[in-house]
Amino acid sequence: MSDIQRYKFDVVVIGAGGAGLRAAIAARESGMSTAVMSKSLFGKAHTVMAEGGIAASMANVNSNDNWKVHFCDTMRGGKFLNHYRMAELHAKEAPERVWELESWGALFDRTKDGRISQRNFGGHEYPRLAHVGDRTGLEMIRTLQQKIVALQQEDKRLSGDYESRIRVFAECTVTKIFMTGEGDDHRVCGVLAYWRPSGEFVLIETSAVIIASGGIGKSFKVTSNSWEYTGDGHALALECGGSLINMEFVQFHPTGMVWPPSVRGLLVTESVRGDGGVLTNSDGRRFMFDYIPDVFKDKYATTEEEADRWYTDPDNNRRPPELLPRDEVSRSINTEVKAGRGSPHGGVFLDVSKRLPADVIRAKLPSMWHQFTELADVDITEEPMEVGPTCHYVMGGIEVDQDTQAAVGVRGLFCAGEAAGGLHGSNRLGGNSLSDLLVFGRRAGLYAAEYADALNKTGWTSSVDQASVDAAMAWALAPFTAERGENPYAIQNELQDVMNDLVGIVRNADEMRLALKRIEELKERTRTMKTGGGRSYNPGWHLALDLPKQLLVSQCIAESALMREESRGGHTRDDFPQMDPEWRKVNLQCSLIDGSLSVQRKPLPELTAELAALFDAKELSKYMTQAEVDALSQRSA
Amino acid sequence: MGYQASFRIWRGDKGDGSLKDYTVEVNDGEVILDVLHRIQAEQENDLAIRWNCKAGKCGSCSAEVNGKPRLMCLTRMNIFPEGEPITVTPLRTFPVIRDLVTDVHFNYDKAREVPAFQPPEGLKPGEYRMQQEDVARSQEFRKCIECFLCQNTCHAIRDHEDNMANFAGPRVLMRVAELDMHPLDTVDRRKQAQDVLGLSYCNITKCCTEVCPEHIKITDNALIPLKERVVDDKYDPVRWLGSKIRVRKGDE
Ligand SMILES: Cc1cc2nc3c(=O)[nH]c(=O)nc-3n(C[C@H](O)[C@H](O)[C@H](O)COP(=O)(O)OP(=O)(O)OC[C@H]3O[C@@H](n4cnc5c(N)ncnc54)[C@H](O)[C@@H]3O)c2cc1C
Ligand code: SF4
Ligand code: SF4
Ligand code: FES
Repeated sequence: MSDIQRYKFDVVVIGAGGAGLRAAIAARESGMSTAVMSKSLFGKAHTVMAEGGIAASMANVNSNDNWKVHFCDTMRGGKFLNHYRMAELHAKEAPERVWELESWGALFDRTKDGRISQRNFGGHEYPRLAHVGDRTGLEMIRTLQQKIVALQQEDKRLSGDYESRIRVFAECTVTKIFMTGEGDDHRVCGVLAYWRPSGEFVLIETSAVIIASGGIGKSFKVTSNSWEYTGDGHALALECGGSLINMEFVQFHPTGMVWPPSVRGLLVTESVRGDGGVLTNSDGRRFMFDYIPDVFKDKYATTEEEADRWYTDPDNNRRPPELLPRDEVSRSINTEVKAGRGSPHGGVFLDVSKRLPADVIRAKLPSMWHQFTELADVDITEEPMEVGPTCHYVMGGIEVDQDTQAAVGVRGLFCAGEAAGGLHGSNRLGGNSLSDLLVFGRRAGLYAAEYADALNKTGWTSSVDQASVDAAMAWALAPFTAERGENPYAIQNELQDVMNDLVGIVRNADEMRLALKRIEELKERTRTMKTGGGRSYNPGWHLALDLPKQLLVSQCIAESALMREESRGGHTRDDFPQMDPEWRKVNLQCSLIDGSLSVQRKPLPELTAELAALFDAKELSKYMTQAEVDALSQRSA
Repeated sequence: MGYQASFRIWRGDKGDGSLKDYTVEVNDGEVILDVLHRIQAEQENDLAIRWNCKAGKCGSCSAEVNGKPRLMCLTRMNIFPEGEPITVTPLRTFPVIRDLVTDVHFNYDKAREVPAFQPPEGLKPGEYRMQQEDVARSQEFRKCIECFLCQNTCHAIRDHEDNMANFAGPRVLMRVAELDMHPLDTVDRRKQAQDVLGLSYCNITKCCTEVCPEHIKITDNALIPLKERVVDDKYDPVRWLGSKIRVRKGDE
């Protein structure tokens, strides 16, 4: 096989979304030569779709905000399953990361005194989300893209070549991470990828790899996620010896479009509710008042009057229950629809038209207005939207060291963004992803660079063994040589049905056992997939290579969900409807042992007494066993 | 509710290609991209389409539908009369890779020639103060999703391939205008816009504005003001500085 291009870089970043680009900037600024890999064109990764904003306690709008409040909100949102140290770093570093974007050219919406404006979002105590209308992700990815171009311009001035120290491999998909050495010297040494336009292979030898490949939502039928979200990074990490945690926790965003069918699942930003939109059922009732769970009783308004006052006087009123964390709102909508109180197309109503003047709606929610007029013939300034839950985000991900983002169990591998697990616990708050990308993208870049630099200084050089490369290429080309076989699109379709129907918002043991059986059958069928056409830009072939990864990750989700016998955050069991404090102490950890999936219970890192002291004991006892609460209060005493 | 539509889709690669006919089911509410996905899933797996968000946010799915440059994910089927065949072809200005996918690296190369944002020296992150009314102008241009429909449409490159070396196109010049109107950018960009990026090739026909899916007023709000700045102040650095200070009036 002669058509292989070879490169050497100090650091390879898989992913050109917010996390990958921020990591690449950090690695390059630490002096490492850096390659960025992306399935799509530069500037089009999933991050571009983020709407509502970036959470950071800059306290520009409400001066009571600070990192501690943000930390507590994040822990509550995640039902205390979060890796606390990540939640702490995230809350502390987010403001600096947002300001840094501004110094690279980002133009956020402003407050009257010229600072970055911040908006309300579910689960956040104060207005905290820096935003640009409802296209914050676009602003973020463009700014990072332009920062990378700025670094390339600097390199051009020094070396004559834009790409001498940082190169973006756009439309170039990674299929394999290579390892080398034995025992303590077993480490990452390279990646194999193929150019989507030509189908030619690329081998990059490298000292460190950062996975920032995003999520897994394309395994579900109704989703806000794009074709890219096939869980590649999750699977690549498993295959080279890493582990995944919390895979049972999948976030179903409460408000996706439900009609017309072609846009089912498309996101309706939470800002609609943050800016005053209310949810009603077919009886016209604001049903969220009926669903405020015990743990949140003190924080949410119990009457419409109080809820409405909150928008103008948040210090003296409690927030409307429409702004409960996403898992709560999704479950409530699900219940309303099942009880027959849904909208004509199987959702509920979300209305801003009666709450804000038309011009304000168009100014604050321009892309929502656009989306509904163009795609659903609905004018949101005049009539309510129909919305329902849509698969949106995976809380689970690659298990990492909380400070350095180094993957547990794989030397030389680092991870950041949606592909990494831990920060969000069992449920992510809106806005906490974009800040996650910046905080931990940067950290992954810094520590990967530090690792690569130290390794290079020992005289180690990356070198991938040719037999492994040949085997990986042969695997990738198999769908062309099959005489006849399955259509990858048909298999993907079935997988989406299985996950949506059997491992969706509300789960039970029988359905998940069935799902696992079906996934096993689908896996079998992927062994004989066939793609027509040639190697140049052939989406059927690309899907055939993504599918095995998708199936592996779906299996992790279903296995973990079957094992966790409680309901918490993005995991609801109708056979175990309660939250169980014993389960709070446990992460489920997936790994591959001799090629088969193993799921183990692993103790969660313990909250420090110092951080625990930010909560009152009464609140902690809603989540923790009495023994834990007693131990914590003794330690802080 | 579904009906059978006939589609003529350009299939081929760098070498050559031709229109190929397809009959395919169409359902209520669908957009062109849905229908192409159905062909891909059920008839020809290797039909090359570039897309990502399916929501008009990423700017990947640009193509020409019945000769008009459009985003396929925002083009509703109900704007076409049932029964008439719909023709889908790749963007004409850029080289084809395969089928509906074109090689758009021209746009990225040109963007790299625009000098980066340069804030005033000594201004620390966190200390930036700008008024909404002062950032609003550049914000309009930052809505750009880089679909390159404007680049594809502008006759200065569409009909004159040889201009591509000297003219960066509306998207890239709008980026220059965006930085020029940024309240805190300190670079004088006028000479470069004129001499390197070829601002004078634009003769303000507004074709770019017409196809912009983000409804950005590219010509009126970006290109014409930029041209005025370049002409008015071409050899007068003092006036240029004055204009920056005016923009910065809300600044502390
Ligand atoms: C519609 C929508 C709205 C959202 N709104 C918000 C919001 O307002 N606030 C918020 O905080 N969060 C929001 N989120 C969530 C947030 O946008 C995502 O979680 C986040 O952008 C993920 O970023 P990332 O950098 O981890 O990955 P992505 O941006 O998804 O990037 C992944 C990258 O990895 C690449 N990649 C994947 N696999 C491979 C491979 N095998 N080889 C090479 N490259 C590969 C992809 O091509 C891509 O470049 C929203 C999500 C959606 C879908
Ligand atoms: S206005 Fe200028 S840039 Fe736009 S299409 Fe016409 S010539 Fe091209
Ligand atoms: S200016 Fe408009 S048409 Fe041009 S690339 Fe941007 S979004 Fe597309
Ligand atoms: S697919 Fe993103 S704009 Fe059409």
